[in-house]
Amino acid sequence: MSGANRIKGKGRLTPAKTLRFKFDNKILTAVQGDTLASALLANGIHLTGRSFKYHRPRGMLSAGPEEPNALMDVGRDAVRRTPNIRATVQEVYDGMQTRSQNRWPSLAFDVGGLNNLASPFFAAGFYYKTFMWPKAAWKKIYEPVIRAAAGLGVSPTEPDPDHYSNHFAHCDVLVIGGGATGLSAALAAAHAGAEVILCDEQPETGGAFHHETDATVGGQSGWDWAQKVTAELRAMDNVRVLTRTTAFGYQAQNHVGLVERVTEHLANPDPSLPRERLWQVRARQVVIATGAIERHMVFANNDRPGIMLASAARTYLNHFGVTVGAKVGVYTACDSAWSAAFDLKQAGVSIPAIVDVRPDPDPALVARAKELGIEVLAGQAVLDTSGKLRVKSMKVGRTSGGSTRDIPVDALIMSAGWTPSVHMYSQSRGKVVWDEESQRFLPGRNVQDCVSVGACNGDDDLGDAIAAAAKAGHEAAIASGSQAGEAWTAPDAETQTSWAGSMMGSAAGAGADTTVKAFVDFQNDVTAKDIRLAVREGMHSIEHVKRFTTNGMATDQGKTSNIHGLAIAAEMLDKPLPQVGLTTFRSPYTPVTFGAIVNHSRGDLFDPTRRTPMHGWEEAHGAVFEDVGQWKRAWYYPRAGEDMHQAVNRECRTVRDVAGMFDATTLGKIEVVGPDAAQFLNLMYTNSWDKLEPGRCKYGIMLREDGFIYDDGVVGRMAEDRFHVTTTTGGAPRVMHHMEDYLQTEFPHLKVWLTSTTEQWAVIAVQGPKAREIVAPLVEDIDMSNEAMPHMSVRVGKICGVPTRLFRMSFTGEAGYEVNVPADYGEAVWKALWQRAEALGACAYGTETMHVLRAEKGYIIVGQDTDGTVTPDDAGLNWAVAKKKPDFVGIRGMKRPDLVASGRKQLVGLATKDPGIVLEEGAQIVADPNQTVPMTMIGHVTSSYWSENCGRSIAMGVVVDGRALMGKTLYVPMPDKTIEVEVTDTVFIDKEGVRLNG
Amino acid sequence: MLLIHCPYCQEERPELEFRNTGEAHIERPKDIAGISDEEFEKFFFIRANPKGVTYERWRHIHGCARFFNAVRDTVSDRFVTTYKAGEPRVEVERGDDGVLTVKGAAQ
Amino acid sequence: MADIAHATRTEPLAGRIGGAAGVALTPAAPANRVSLRADPADAKALSKALGLELPVTPKASARNDHGRLVAWLGPDEWLIIDENGNPLADLEKVTALHSAVDISHRNTAILVSGKGARATVQSGCPQNLSDKVFPVGSATRTVMGKIEVVILRTAENEFRVECWRSFSDYAFGMLSEAAKDCLA
Repeated sequence: MSGANRIKGKGRLTPAKTLRFKFDNKILTAVQGDTLASALLANGIHLTGRSFKYHRPRGMLSAGPEEPNALMDVGRDAVRRTPNIRATVQEVYDGMQTRSQNRWPSLAFDVGGLNNLASPFFAAGFYYKTFMWPKAAWKKIYEPVIRAAAGLGVSPTEPDPDHYSNHFAHCDVLVIGGGATGLSAALAAAHAGAEVILCDEQPETGGAFHHETDATVGGQSGWDWAQKVTAELRAMDNVRVLTRTTAFGYQAQNHVGLVERVTEHLANPDPSLPRERLWQVRARQVVIATGAIERHMVFANNDRPGIMLASAARTYLNHFGVTVGAKVGVYTACDSAWSAAFDLKQAGVSIPAIVDVRPDPDPALVARAKELGIEVLAGQAVLDTSGKLRVKSMKVGRTSGGSTRDIPVDALIMSAGWTPSVHMYSQSRGKVVWDEESQRFLPGRNVQDCVSVGACNGDDDLGDAIAAAAKAGHEAAIASGSQAGEAWTAPDAETQTSWAGSMMGSAAGAGADTTVKAFVDFQNDVTAKDIRLAVREGMHSIEHVKRFTTNGMATDQGKTSNIHGLAIAAEMLDKPLPQVGLTTFRSPYTPVTFGAIVNHSRGDLFDPTRRTPMHGWEEAHGAVFEDVGQWKRAWYYPRAGEDMHQAVNRECRTVRDVAGMFDATTLGKIEVVGPDAAQFLNLMYTNSWDKLEPGRCKYGIMLREDGFIYDDGVVGRMAEDRFHVTTTTGGAPRVMHHMEDYLQTEFPHLKVWLTSTTEQWAVIAVQGPKAREIVAPLVEDIDMSNEAMPHMSVRVGKICGVPTRLFRMSFTGEAGYEVNVPADYGEAVWKALWQRAEALGACAYGTETMHVLRAEKGYIIVGQDTDGTVTPDDAGLNWAVAKKKPDFVGIRGMKRPDLVASGRKQLVGLATKDPGIVLEEGAQIVADPNQTVPMTMIGHVTSSYWSENCGRSIAMGVVVDGRALMGKTLYVPMPDKTIEVEVTDTVFIDKEGVRLNG
Repeated sequence: MLLIHCPYCQEERPELEFRNTGEAHIERPKDIAGISDEEFEKFFFIRANPKGVTYERWRHIHGCARFFNAVRDTVSDRFVTTYKAGEPRVEVERGDDGVLTVKGAAQ
Repeated sequence: MADIAHATRTEPLAGRIGGAAGVALTPAAPANRVSLRADPADAKALSKALGLELPVTPKASARNDHGRLVAWLGPDEWLIIDENGNPLADLEKVTALHSAVDISHRNTAILVSGKGARATVQSGCPQNLSDKVFPVGSATRTVMGKIEVVILRTAENEFRVECWRSFSDYAFGMLSEAAKDCLA
């Protein structure tokens, strides 16, 4: 027998299938199908942890996902462990390791329990009010100490070795909840021909039939009917049944997130299986069948281990075959707890008394209790309990006062009635409505295409509820467009269990006494007194009460506590409960792992890494890469013994002395085709394109409508009606989007089409005095002489036998080419070029050298030397703005008063007086270094490098009216010194540009 | 994730395929070079950003790549209708139940 | 004069194989691809030149006997894929206004086949790829994980996933991960 509290012949588990698991340092036995909670209870263990704030001993409250107390650390090994797992949900597998949390040094003796004695200091709002001063102490002293003492489990420190998967699923009808009504709705919808997904958070469907053994459906036990229907559903092609699957988030337009726990119950899961699956379901119709959650009674010391919900005790008995005690007291305001008492009594458990706050409970129940020999104490209350690590007795007395009596118990089960689980409905943005007659919040108007059925909709009668659910399921199928199917009629159903009776707020035992701990929210240690205090302190909105007390803000989201908290606040405010309102339910319904949420998107799949066709060669030749957006770009190519600085100096020198090869593939490219192509480019760029002949190219500037520089690049005219446009690497997608926007919405009359060709072409820049010597021998059909193919021209021909668009252009100031070849040929052509380049003493260079070389020539980089507030004039690019064009994007924006006024920051060169000093990019520039702080800053450094070719540092920056300050001295104040700089023009090498034509 | 009806693809498609591109029915002045500073301000900077009915542009950027217009209720996040770029503004009205519908459309 | 060695084509996914129980992932053979843009009113002339009927309804595709495949991507946009012929050359003679741009090397493709093919592709794609909504012959531009793709359903259990070259490593990785759980 696995556990002393296992009752022979009770429950649905197979006793022969035993498992062993570890709880703290003990090895315990469980039965296949046990939850961690049921296995512990079978072994007589109620104490599972310490509470959040007061470190009070706590045990299982529930048998389901609403559990606030029994949170444990569960895992297979040191790496695969998860804190804060609800013992009432986690199934036991062989070899499972579990640990209690929030206790030190041990579960039975916990130093933090002193908080309990000091509890008058820890009332609601205590943190807000106490640790206010001195401010500095908050970060250094208060917060670390509070954080260490509070909190629950400890996060794992190792990376998660498991994997998770994602599935987008579409269906006609999603049914949330596999209890009686969910099953009924699912079967009806499936028979009507709908594609159905049914999910249930438990390992087995059946919902309340887990405990409600006195129900019959269609002449068989409710449980058996549920399993039969489930098997029928599983066999249907149009149905997917997902157990161990929680619907945790209901988003817009019936987009519902489900998480399926795939391996968490298996001792040796197949490693190919994901630990969890995220199902992103899009359903035409949703049937919400989420049932109801039982409330506890709020009275003094209602949190001792052994005190739990009546339905939980009944589940442990009827499903798991485990009794929660030998002498079980009952405290209730609801009929259903009586059924639990009867079941326990009939299983041989002593029931010392049923205490019912109602003065006149249902005579039939009273008669039945008498028959079973159970004492009934009607109109009475449990006023207090005793027991340190487990409840020992309950103090009972009349609700009206008078004498009391202590009744010894080793467990106490309770019920304050049932709260319809409206979480999913509320997440769907539906507004709950207070039902005066049954004193509860129920779903109101459906905002999305959904319907609530069963207990979550307040349907109490089993037979009626199943029939209504079948109708709802059928209608959902029809509404989702199903026609082919047939009607399915729900069978008759009835139950002996009654759900009548309810109380909200504190019972007699909670008292007005300010020292009594009558818990409302177990997980956050919120008592009735805290809520009263919050109201007294002026929190009159339930949202304020919630945040002041943290009631309902724990990971259980107040499933058992919200209504009690609301009722106590309403009583204090002397307002009807519905007027105080209900807080909003938010996703996730229960905690969801980060693993499930990110699923595939981690490691290499966290973000795409884009590589050029030449990446492999670059890697093999020692390139160090830098990230440019998602691209990996060769940054520099260090040779043996070189650091970055030395490598870049060598590359810079080699390009100007001999030649260099650079991978420019990542530049954005757009093919602009159509008879109106030039006219369209006239509108997109500041330049004029009419006179550009086919075979020539030109540098263009693109503005936004506000007149600021948006992008730039070289545009080649391939034919009268065809342009090859290039953009910056980072600008490629947004420039395409920007151009499409204008083309489709402002200039749709133009006959032109845009196609992204960024990835069609591999681009190999060959730059330097020997560029032609390197390229020409590999090229066919193109006369590459200076006369035939001058600077800024483009030709179509062949290189290495494959097609090329050969540009003569330069971003280095040297004569050079950009060889475009279809991308799959990129590597082969690069290698052929490299063979020649290497023999001639040229080098491969990376983006750093490219940056230095272009800065030596004063060529700007959009996004570095401009920042979205720079006009063409600011950047010294007025020459590229056509003066006679009637229109282009930005033509009006760039004439705005502020953009043409004096005092704008203009791009200039900056030469440090000490040529050895390299300025910091971003450093501020001032005119007078002797001002008091804060100084008047007149600009900043945008680009700054050591230039080996100039033998000194070079820099560019934007400075107020900078072009009028040529030759003037300005200052760059740094923390340790002030650097003197001279304002220069932006070209540092070959001011006449003769090298371009070399 | 919203579902958005693309008037070109003629079906509802997941929001991940779309990009919102700002307020709709703001036409770039034909003689933009000649407009006053005030007119430019109104055209380029001033946006309504209403609570409730909003006219906005979307692009089915990862689908058919077309720009189109939508009427949406910013309170409920619900799309009332979508229509092709260049088509006239669709008028809507709010019913007693608070739900927006296209004016004159059969209920 | 140096020898002009003929450069060879290196596909970005050359040599990759992948899949799991229920699904195989195979890089598609090199192909000629054209992005064709035109007014749908001119579809007839273009169809004639191409030797197949240009589809003019959303998500439609067409295929001719020579294996030429064309997918509707937008009201004036088609993707043409041909492993044998040269659609660009065929389009040269068309006088009707159009834009034909060679994107043979811009895209690459992964063939996903097997009874878990649909689930594998669906794992990263929010669009409904079920038989009812996305039957054989359907084609769409959409997203898969964090990238844009074109998905073509070429057979009951066969999908072609086209993506830009530099995203193919991500696409292959994403499909490989999804493949592991395709029989869920």
